[in-house]
Amino acid sequence: MAFDIFLLEVILSGLMTGVMYALVALGFVLIFKASGIFNFAQGVMALFAALALYDFLAEDGWFFAVFGFTLPVWLAIPATIVVMIVLAWVIERTVLRFLVKQNEIILFMATIGLAFVLEGLGDLLFGSDVKPLDIGIPQGASDWLLDSFNLYIEQLEIFAAGTAAVLVAILAIFFQRTRIGRALRAVADDHQAALSVGVSLDKIWVIVWSVSGIVALVAGIMWGSKSGVQFSLSLIALKALPVLILGGFTSVPGAIVGGLIIGVGEKLAEVYIGPIVGGAIENWFAYMLALVFLLFRPQGLFGERIIERV
Amino acid sequence: MNLRKLTGAAVAAALALPMFVSGANAYELVIPSMDYRTGPFAPNGIVFANGWSDYLTLLNERDGGINGVKIKNVTCETGYNTKKGVECYEKIKGTPPSGALLVQPLSTGITYQLIPKASVDEVPIFSMGYGRTSAANGKVFPWVFNLPATYWSQATGLVQYIADQEGGLDALKGKKIYLVYHNSAYGKEPIRTLEAMADKFGYEFRGLPVDSPGQEQKATWLQIRKEKPDWVLLWGWGVMNQVAIKEAASIRYPMDHFIGVWWSGSENDVLPAGDAADGYLSGAFHAPGGGFPLHDDIRKHVYDKGLGKGDRDRIGEVLYNRGMVGAMWATEAVRKAMEIHGTTEVTGKHVRDGFEALDVDEARLEELGLGGFTYPVKITCENHEGSGKVAVQQWDAKAKQWNIVSKFYEPLRDVTGPLIEADSAAYAAENNVTPRDC
Repeated sequence: MAFDIFLLEVILSGLMTGVMYALVALGFVLIFKASGIFNFAQGVMALFAALALYDFLAEDGWFFAVFGFTLPVWLAIPATIVVMIVLAWVIERTVLRFLVKQNEIILFMATIGLAFVLEGLGDLLFGSDVKPLDIGIPQGASDWLLDSFNLYIEQLEIFAAGTAAVLVAILAIFFQRTRIGRALRAVADDHQAALSVGVSLDKIWVIVWSVSGIVALVAGIMWGSKSGVQFSLSLIALKALPVLILGGFTSVPGAIVGGLIIGVGEKLAEVYIGPIVGGAIENWFAYMLALVFLLFRPQGLFGERIIERV
Repeated sequence: MNLRKLTGAAVAAALALPMFVSGANAYELVIPSMDYRTGPFAPNGIVFANGWSDYLTLLNERDGGINGVKIKNVTCETGYNTKKGVECYEKIKGTPPSGALLVQPLSTGITYQLIPKASVDEVPIFSMGYGRTSAANGKVFPWVFNLPATYWSQATGLVQYIADQEGGLDALKGKKIYLVYHNSAYGKEPIRTLEAMADKFGYEFRGLPVDSPGQEQKATWLQIRKEKPDWVLLWGWGVMNQVAIKEAASIRYPMDHFIGVWWSGSENDVLPAGDAADGYLSGAFHAPGGGFPLHDDIRKHVYDKGLGKGDRDRIGEVLYNRGMVGAMWATEAVRKAMEIHGTTEVTGKHVRDGFEALDVDEARLEELGLGGFTYPVKITCENHEGSGKVAVQQWDAKAKQWNIVSKFYEPLRDVTGPLIEADSAAYAAENNVTPRDC
């Protein structure tokens, strides 16, 4: 294999992996953008969504035990979306509405608690076994690329990239062109001001957590298809953090570009620097890369500029 | 544990309550379980823990315990976290009435932390097929037992298997053998042996670490694709195994040249990869499958009474069998301790002696309903590992079952012996341990 092809493979694989990270980071961005809350539970939401989807599809789940049949994929996905909307509503009713006027750090702490509750609930409801998730997404290397160009790229990751592109387009339209999207941005800018012009905070929070839940479902499907649905899936949130630091907490394009930079950066580091220093550097290299960006652009590449007046 | 099982367990506990109350004053044998039923490694931890606990329940239900003394199975959740594991140990070691008769941490990291404590607390550590390899030297580590085989023995067994496929040990010269390993004490354990054998047999060795939990390994497998090693060994755990097998399949790495450690060879590891995992190999020190007479006894005396810890249809999975056989060896050591000391009220100190005189031969395996399930184990003062043999099993994706496909390889003692001597001597020097005379 020629060196340049290998380098190309590393870069392309990094880009594709970066998209997978970006899918998780997007959920964080949506909630932070609309409510200023850093949702620590985003990774667990992806896990919970994947568990719920699996339950609708499998014969060893609650749904089959109660109704005696499983759902086809095209019905199971909308059913899971309904579950995530109900979850958003419950979170708003039981957690968020009591913390409206609290400091952001309190809201952050609440989401840490939420992460543990959701993880425990997922364990109780669905069990801790590895659940193979197959909803028909192509997996393995692309035979055409491999046979024609000796180029290895995962079909699942190509599919994830396409899905992410569609998702970003929909979110852009949602935020820029719809009345609800504008209301979300108004709430993000100033809760009190938004309330004073008649924006319903309760409703907005349910909507944004629902949208974030749907994004979590997409991330859960992609990661669950890759490794099976299991509780380690919640740890992918840690992979999204450097992406957010780099891309900015409030920017949807930032999440994507940040994901791509982190994905490529960590793969190049692991392949070319790793052997010199003993390997296994991609995790901390991603954070180091993010910290370097932080030094020069604290708001991230696409984040809103931080202006402090004294 | 899901809600249905939780309800079942609550009902079983309520039914069992009068029995415990009536026997409250009787001596009981405390055999703990350091489990991980939560967290990222739970899928494996649960199945193993079920096998371990079900065997103890079987002895209580079928035989009234060991020689008429009931077993008290105390559980503690470690989450496969070393810090939590040490907390668990401190919590359970003094459990009345007998105190913990042994601990089985199911984690190399936890085992390393407990080794200095065990001799002080007089609690034997049973690190079955994991932990610190040099603890096989009973002169330096009188409280640690890593039977029936260590990671170093396994590494030599797997290399012998590779040699058999390549045409002999001489044929290894110039071959590339790579190790993809969990970047932890566990994953690093075989490196020294594989390096020593690389020097001896002339193969090229390279280790590729993967950070825990191992959800993302693309960079590792791109390097394997580029460098095309002849054989790849996998020292992984949990999600790392599933991802590694899928990645290997994706780059079209031949599965019959990809061998996992015995902790990388369960149904959990191969099923998510589907047909792509067909032909994947792993080490083994016992048979797969649930068709042995002991399994029938567990179904009859444990599951038919609603006392089983897991799903009935998972009896016989690789990790279930591993937990079950571990509990067998542990309780045989307790039985031997009773025999040696002439009392049924044994303590951790007695059980240490029981481990050191453990002799589970073919005839005893037959009596236990495990004839042909594993090989005989004989422990001595000097050798806490036993025979150290390992076989290779292969996954049949169509039949969804593992099959043993090799003989049981004796370890290369000329490789492992000096390494064990050197490592245990270093430990003795660092910790002011005077080796015993055996």
